Amino acid sequence: MLIALAAVPVLIAVAVKLSSRPAAPGRGPLFLDRITQNGLFVAVTALVVCVPLFLPLTVGVVAGDTIAGEANLGTLRYLLLAPAGRIRLLLVKYAGAVAFCFAATATVAASGALAGVVLFPVGPVTLLSGDTVSVGESALRSLLIAAYITVSLLGLSAIGLLISTFTDVPVGAMAATIVLSVVSQVLDNLPQLEWLHPWLFSHYWLGFADLLRQPISWTSFGENALLQAGYIAVCGALAYAKFSNKDVLS
Amino acid sequence: MNKPPTAASVSAPERATPVGSPGLAIETRGLVKRFGHRSAVDGIDLEVPCGSVFGFLGPNGSGKTTTIRVLLGLASASSGDIRVLGKEMPQALASVLPDVGALVEGPGFYPFLSGTGNLMRLDAADRHGSSSTRRQRVSDALERVGLGHAAGKKVRAYSLGMKQRLGLANAMLRPRELLVLDEPTNGLDPQGTREVRNLVRSLAAGGTTVLVSSHLLAEVEQMCTHVGVMSAGRLVAQGPLEELGAAGQAHVVVQTPDVELASRVLRRLGLVPGEAPGTGSPWGTTAVLGTGINGREPEAIVAALVADGVRVRGFTVENASLEERFVSLTGEGFDVVG
Ligand SMILES: Nc1ncnc2c1ncn2[C@@H]1O[C@H](COP(=O)(O)OP(=O)(O)OP(=O)(O)O)[C@@H](O)[C@H]1O
Ligand SMILES: [Mg+2]
Repeated sequence: MLIALAAVPVLIAVAVKLSSRPAAPGRGPLFLDRITQNGLFVAVTALVVCVPLFLPLTVGVVAGDTIAGEANLGTLRYLLLAPAGRIRLLLVKYAGAVAFCFAATATVAASGALAGVVLFPVGPVTLLSGDTVSVGESALRSLLIAAYITVSLLGLSAIGLLISTFTDVPVGAMAATIVLSVVSQVLDNLPQLEWLHPWLFSHYWLGFADLLRQPISWTSFGENALLQAGYIAVCGALAYAKFSNKDVLS
Repeated sequence: MNKPPTAASVSAPERATPVGSPGLAIETRGLVKRFGHRSAVDGIDLEVPCGSVFGFLGPNGSGKTTTIRVLLGLASASSGDIRVLGKEMPQALASVLPDVGALVEGPGFYPFLSGTGNLMRLDAADRHGSSSTRRQRVSDALERVGLGHAAGKKVRAYSLGMKQRLGLANAMLRPRELLVLDEPTNGLDPQGTREVRNLVRSLAAGGTTVLVSSHLLAEVEQMCTHVGVMSAGRLVAQGPLEELGAAGQAHVVVQTPDVELASRVLRRLGLVPGEAPGTGSPWGTTAVLGTGINGREPEAIVAALVADGVRVRGFTVENASLEERFVSLTGEGFDVVG
């Protein structure tokens, strides 16, 4: 999965490189038009492309598989008999999902940076606010964006973990998690449900543009982190309540 | 369909004893496990003495695996008390499980890891497993079940019996006080079956209590000291193997052409004669089956037969086999209780 993720930025970079006509500003994904001027934008563009679907897809697969996958293989009962301890198992599994969120985001960012450096000129970056920062500073900003997206995905991971405790069929848990991530984004786009938007776990997913301003605006980072923490707390508690009393019959 | 007898006819446990009697490795009182409205386990008082090899028998779907799951805390009991190794379950689960090795309803492993890899991972899942001795213990366990040469192979490429052996190795990763083996010989070749028998014997000799569920009654007869029989969620008998066998009726088989006469004599002696499957011998011998020797000396029966002029061509006393006993306890019916 990480390899597939790594391929996305490369695809973008190669596609932009091969098309003779530079993309018109304002068309295509955010920042696409800037790639030809500065390769460092490949990473950011790739992240923008991956956030709505590709990253949630892979995270859904990993998070949905956590408990249900073990149950399906029949290893869950042997882990519990080892004894791993139910709470401990849940925590370790969630930690694994978190590690994957980070690895996935970092993979896209790193592969994007690499593709950008190889295929396009690299230089000081002009931010959204019009200021220009050095290459080093822009790399730091890319890392910040990766961290932002990792945090964004933690709530979804917790939801996946929760769903995973309800079933012995990993594919079902994965699909449900992915569907939820899509539903959340669709709802976020319906103006009629404005009141609901701040509570949707995907609400701040694309809010990392704030990190490309000078000075950095941390508000969306903070609000996002708070929202995700809320999702982790609620889903974590529910997952614990479900799993600690669950009859393991697989 | 025969209704199995409901009362425990062998070694009726003293119901009054509180949970926590010494000398019992596993003890349950009124253990019930319901799935929806159906009781898969319906109020059993299981007593597995320390140091015994306890054969846990019962037809398909009679609740053996469910009982084992509840004993090991994988599923919660609907009601009833459980003690394992003298400790209240499921409260003491975390302190009891490290001393219990288990194989529950077949092995479960990661197909993409090797045999060694799987055992290392399971051992690492347990905080109590010392990591410095892990590699050694894993290779010892694999050696013990005869998987030494296949240790590095991916489990995906294991045969059914190899996976079963790996499951056994997992149960024996550490010295255990109690081994719970649910159909351990499932899928094993004759050598493997014999090896399991020897393994169980040697573990028992070392003081480990073994609870083994099995459908192979001959197997059970050879390796178990105690037996418990489940039927439709109830424990219909439990106790030492000899007692269970003795409770069944021994019978005599008389080979004779004088079936009528022999039957009359047997009836006079208080036996209930019936036609045994006839054996084709050169003299056209037929057999009479007398059920229950009623504590009579076999030689006295022969003497009486001969005195009345029965031409006795063969005489055998057959003890009730565990199989007959099993069938008499659980009924002839082949259909699973649904
Ligand atoms: N997950 C479940 N949900 C509902 N009923 C179940 C479940 N697992 C088992 N049962 C029921 O519980 C009863 C006992 O099943 P169990 O697996 O304990 O039988 P068993 O004695 O181990 O049989 P076998 O010899 O075939 O292994 C069966 O009637 C079965 O239908
Ligand atoms: Mg079973």
